Amino acid sequence: MMNKAADAGANAVEARALTVVRGDRTVLRALNFTVGAGRITGLLGPSGCGKSTLMRAVVGTQAKVTGTLDVLGRPAGHPALRPRVGYVTQAPSVYSDLTVRQNLDYFAAVLRPGRAHRGARRDTVTRALQDVDLTSHADALAKHLSGGQLSRVSLAVALLGTPELLVLDEPTVGLDPVLRRDLWDLFHALAADRGTTLLVSSHVMDEAERCHRLLLMREGTVLADDSPDALRSRTGSETVEQAFLHLVDTAATRQENSR
Amino acid sequence: MSTGTPVADPARTLATAARVLRQLRHDPRTVALLLIVPALMITLLRYVFDGSPDTFDTIGASLLGIFPLITMFLVTSIATLRERTSGTLERLLAMPLGKGDLIAGYALAFGAVAVLQSLLATGLSVWVLGLDVVGSPWLLLLVALLDALLGTALGLFVSAFAASEFQAVQFMPAVIFPQLLLCGLFTPRDRMHLVLEAVSDVLPMSYAVDGMNQVLTRTEVTADFYRDILVVAGSALLVLFLGAATLRRRTV
Repeated sequence: MMNKAADAGANAVEARALTVVRGDRTVLRALNFTVGAGRITGLLGPSGCGKSTLMRAVVGTQAKVTGTLDVLGRPAGHPALRPRVGYVTQAPSVYSDLTVRQNLDYFAAVLRPGRAHRGARRDTVTRALQDVDLTSHADALAKHLSGGQLSRVSLAVALLGTPELLVLDEPTVGLDPVLRRDLWDLFHALAADRGTTLLVSSHVMDEAERCHRLLLMREGTVLADDSPDALRSRTGSETVEQAFLHLVDTAATRQENSR
Repeated sequence: MSTGTPVADPARTLATAARVLRQLRHDPRTVALLLIVPALMITLLRYVFDGSPDTFDTIGASLLGIFPLITMFLVTSIATLRERTSGTLERLLAMPLGKGDLIAGYALAFGAVAVLQSLLATGLSVWVLGLDVVGSPWLLLLVALLDALLGTALGLFVSAFAASEFQAVQFMPAVIFPQLLLCGLFTPRDRMHLVLEAVSDVLPMSYAVDGMNQVLTRTEVTADFYRDILVVAGSALLVLFLGAATLRRRTV
């Protein structure tokens, strides 16, 4: 089940001069970047640098977006994109007073309504439960789950419609190392087997190594758009974290000099 | 474009209503309160007016219309506020769900609860507590259902202006109490100050209470009764549309 967009070189997301204003603050400043189809792109940077706003813009839930932002060949937020893009917010957005399966059943019915699809819905729910390894908790009330389990339910909801683009806002925050590894294995499997494009944000730099490509952000700008290897060799650093710090320092010096 | 999200789709609306009811089922205490409190209040009222059954008739009938409005207002405003704050609303609106699906889903689910609530309260009043209804008790039920929908609509609408549960609850006195005072429950509307009477003419609860009293005192279905239920239903629809306008797919 490969997506057409997954051809090598195609872009799932293309942004030119992307700017977002919230109140009187410019959160994203004229960003240019692309997200390659069928690949895992990591969005990294400190808290408050605009990662979530960028993701909300891509999903089409952010207001006051200017510039060009194309997602899967259409302007971001286009109604036709709603079934094709999966989005997981930082805070798990599921109904705490429903069981895991009831949550998934409902969102599956929103994606593919009607009696005729009942069988297909049951299959996608079963698969989503397996994907996030929660089959054994399917009948537990969401409010009785741990934080990590809850965020996996939220992820499972996003996997329901086999979206072509998955936008995940800090999906591994607060998870133990084993779960984090399992989730990253899942992300790679989604990209390799289902041709899914993933845009994953994190402020943990060691997760950067697991991405095909990185967007390093700071204060509403993109510092670098490169593969982890290229970033390290370009900056002469051993880790992505060092590369990031190096880039921040050069950007600061450049700013000083231009004053 | 065929790929766009329709404003409403019956299957998605029904799925939403079923989900809201399923949430309620996991909260038996709320269900019990919704069903039993109105019945208890009407029983209490019956014995408060033990010596003046006529007063019980008028106030009781009015309250049968007011209960569903107030309870559905509270329940809906909290439920939709939770939907906004938990992020599920943002998630749903990023999915192919029409705004109409969400609103109609809530209206259907809480409408169903209101039918049960009103059946219980009306049945108890008419057959046990001796509420003297000249018209058909089914019409009482109809008005009660429309009142419940109006409450759902108002709750949905005001939840857009509440940032927390604290604020949402405070909208109850702000939106409901003035209507309660002016609806003719405490004193006939034509005996109020002229300004207040004019204000009460444009408040939907006045018509809800008047509709109840029409059923209480007339055997036949009067023109006034039709006017009353049309005004209540029309207000409910209008406020539902206003509520839909507060659901934004893109937010700051």
